[in-house]
Amino acid sequence: MDHHIKLPEGSIEKTTTTLNLGPTHPATHGVFQNILELDGERIVSAEQTVGYIHRAFEKIAERRPLYQITPLTDRLNYCSSPINNMGWHLTCEKLLNVKTPKRVDYLRIIIMELARISDHLICNSVVGVDSGAYTGFLYVMQYRELIYEIYEEICGSRLTTNIGRIGGFERNFTNAAFQKLEQFMAEYPAVLKEFENLFSRNRIFMERTSGSGGISAERALNYGFTGPNLRATGVDYDVRVHTPYSSYEDFDFEIPVGKTGDNYDRFLVRNQEMWQSLRIIEQAYQKIQSFKGADAEVFHADVPEYYLPEKKDVYTKMEALIWHFKIIMGETAIPPGEVYLSVEGGNGELGFYLVSDGGRTPYRLHFRRPCFIYYQAYSELTKGAMLSDAVITMSSLNLIAGEMDA
Amino acid sequence: MSRPVRFNVTPIVADAKDNIALADMPPGYSGEGFFATKLGDVVGLARKNSIWPLPFATSCCGIEFMATMASHYDLARFGAERLGFSPRQCDLLMVMGTIAKKMGPIVKQVYLQMAEPRWVVAVGACACSGGIFDSYSVLQGIDQIVPVDVYVPGCPPRPEAILDGFIRIQDLVGQETLRRRHSEQYKALLGSYGIE
Amino acid sequence: MMCLVSGETYSHIKNIMSLNNETIKARLIEKFGEQVTHFETPYDMLSFEAPKEMNLKVMQFLFDDTELRFRFLTDLTAVHYPDQPVRELAVVYHLHNLVDNIRIRFKVFTDISTPDIFTATQLYSAANWMERETFDFFGVNFVGHPNLKRILNVDEMDYFPMRKEYPMEDQTRRDKDDAMFGR
Repeated sequence: MDHHIKLPEGSIEKTTTTLNLGPTHPATHGVFQNILELDGERIVSAEQTVGYIHRAFEKIAERRPLYQITPLTDRLNYCSSPINNMGWHLTCEKLLNVKTPKRVDYLRIIIMELARISDHLICNSVVGVDSGAYTGFLYVMQYRELIYEIYEEICGSRLTTNIGRIGGFERNFTNAAFQKLEQFMAEYPAVLKEFENLFSRNRIFMERTSGSGGISAERALNYGFTGPNLRATGVDYDVRVHTPYSSYEDFDFEIPVGKTGDNYDRFLVRNQEMWQSLRIIEQAYQKIQSFKGADAEVFHADVPEYYLPEKKDVYTKMEALIWHFKIIMGETAIPPGEVYLSVEGGNGELGFYLVSDGGRTPYRLHFRRPCFIYYQAYSELTKGAMLSDAVITMSSLNLIAGEMDA
Repeated sequence: MSRPVRFNVTPIVADAKDNIALADMPPGYSGEGFFATKLGDVVGLARKNSIWPLPFATSCCGIEFMATMASHYDLARFGAERLGFSPRQCDLLMVMGTIAKKMGPIVKQVYLQMAEPRWVVAVGACACSGGIFDSYSVLQGIDQIVPVDVYVPGCPPRPEAILDGFIRIQDLVGQETLRRRHSEQYKALLGSYGIE
Repeated sequence: MMCLVSGETYSHIKNIMSLNNETIKARLIEKFGEQVTHFETPYDMLSFEAPKEMNLKVMQFLFDDTELRFRFLTDLTAVHYPDQPVRELAVVYHLHNLVDNIRIRFKVFTDISTPDIFTATQLYSAANWMERETFDFFGVNFVGHPNLKRILNVDEMDYFPMRKEYPMEDQTRRDKDDAMFGR
């Protein structure tokens, strides 16, 4: 025997291979690590390491006044930042007891549903890329660009939007924004239909995704699953319906559910949710067109203590200048209290637990992040699966590293 | 106060027949049936138009990179058609997104696994300097651990900005002397990062 | 629309919504007496407190009871109150009854020198990583947790960063000085 070769303990007796699906890997969209024990191609166990992009949002939030936290929330689930922004502003509005007018709610719904479409597009097309079909991704990215242009018309930014104010929006939607929205509503259904045709009954895709990565409804609920991953298992829990916020109760839409919770069901649920989002956008657009006269110009609630005024007013009007100064310097009174509010993010229930002690910054802000909570179940989802299924499961769960690590 | 225009003041006139703008030849001496130039220029021209990038996408800038790679802002027309995820095969390490302290050793290891000549572009404010995250867990810029060639600011930078950074890298690649990597200055630079 | 959990039907919910904050409070007091205290309803969410040894008993009661049915753990986190001696760390559980659509908030307080709390992982698998995160940030020791180690920060970190005494910025950074960055 060669005495100078030192093998790790137990490595000769070990019958499984350790494979590191490491933080940098084409399959991990975002940085998280899976250490898999493989018996040939079958996965015996999986261990996850996260935290490779931990940016200490909760600690930073304790040092930032309310408006400076909005850019932090952008970077949680960055594929659908407007939903995070709106969720944060809704939390602040709940704490501060601000009621928003209907037009603001409907405009918010349009933006949030566009963000949901944008998020599901990335997830579904990337599931396609991971199973070898690159075309779908390139085709739908064109329409994500159109969604980005709509955001740009309103807030100036494409991806990390920092959109909105406490009580509404920073400016009214321009005509160009509505024109782009109409273009989107006209062109997108055909694109989504074609995307579905490429994948939904495609034999290769179905064989890759059906039957793998499944979970039962009871286990999913115990693991704290929410969002499309939970709805794919058959539980129709959607925060928009359970605890309607921002006037979602005025809209007529369905909640698609799956049966087995496997990768194929998740794909189908997300596709159907995109159709429902389109339905909601169309209804919201009709409702907004029906506002006439002064109502059609409303884009924020009348709460000057908390609403950061438009710059053109700050430069020309005295009251707006004073409120601007007071809000930025943190001299407006934030009541002490604790509030928890959740919105339906792209991945599920995104919750904000805000503890305020009356100061200008939160005393404690905790984000209830759906990705973090359901990624724990990954080892159960992939037990006994093949390695290629593990890759598809990871991408069909829509794991966004920014939301996971916060 | 208006600034003078610095870029694109003498745009390349496209050829009307095939609608393609051709790149200039490097300066050299040409005659009947031959063209003589420096080897460095030819190698640079070949290298810069066929860079294989490694997209080290961690967060939001990664999504803007996906948009850059997609058909609207196509990165492939600059020669970067083939993205590699193995550092052994790539020339350009594009670090896009926040690098936390936990991720730092991994960036360093990926950089070490790349073969010379290698370039690094830091895309986004977080990779350049830590960005908006001045916290205990974020590395304040990847130039703390690897030498960076081009910094692309923005949060996230627009795809046009990422393409601009890529074009600057192409300029660097095209004009690099063939013996630069053996020079004392380069070795001292790597030595300051603890890389042999 | 309500969700269907383990075969339960929701046909009775539409007519009789008998479960509300008052009835939950009454059931809790009936079962636990003076051990459940500090009942508040900030922003319409019932919030109460129990001694830290009782946290599993309370949550098991809320889970098993056929009327209360709080079977979904929405969130588990902690808050640090450095100026409340003996009650510095609060572990906050947000529970959700999906069938009747009611949320409650349940807090246990512990002192910072012996922050031992029983783990909820036997009851809710979701608590696994949430407790690891709480341990990572605040140092709460969850007794009985299968794998209590740091999850988001580097393993070598030797302090608990979310506690109020620690600063947000990395103290070893050289490129940003406090004069320019207004600390």
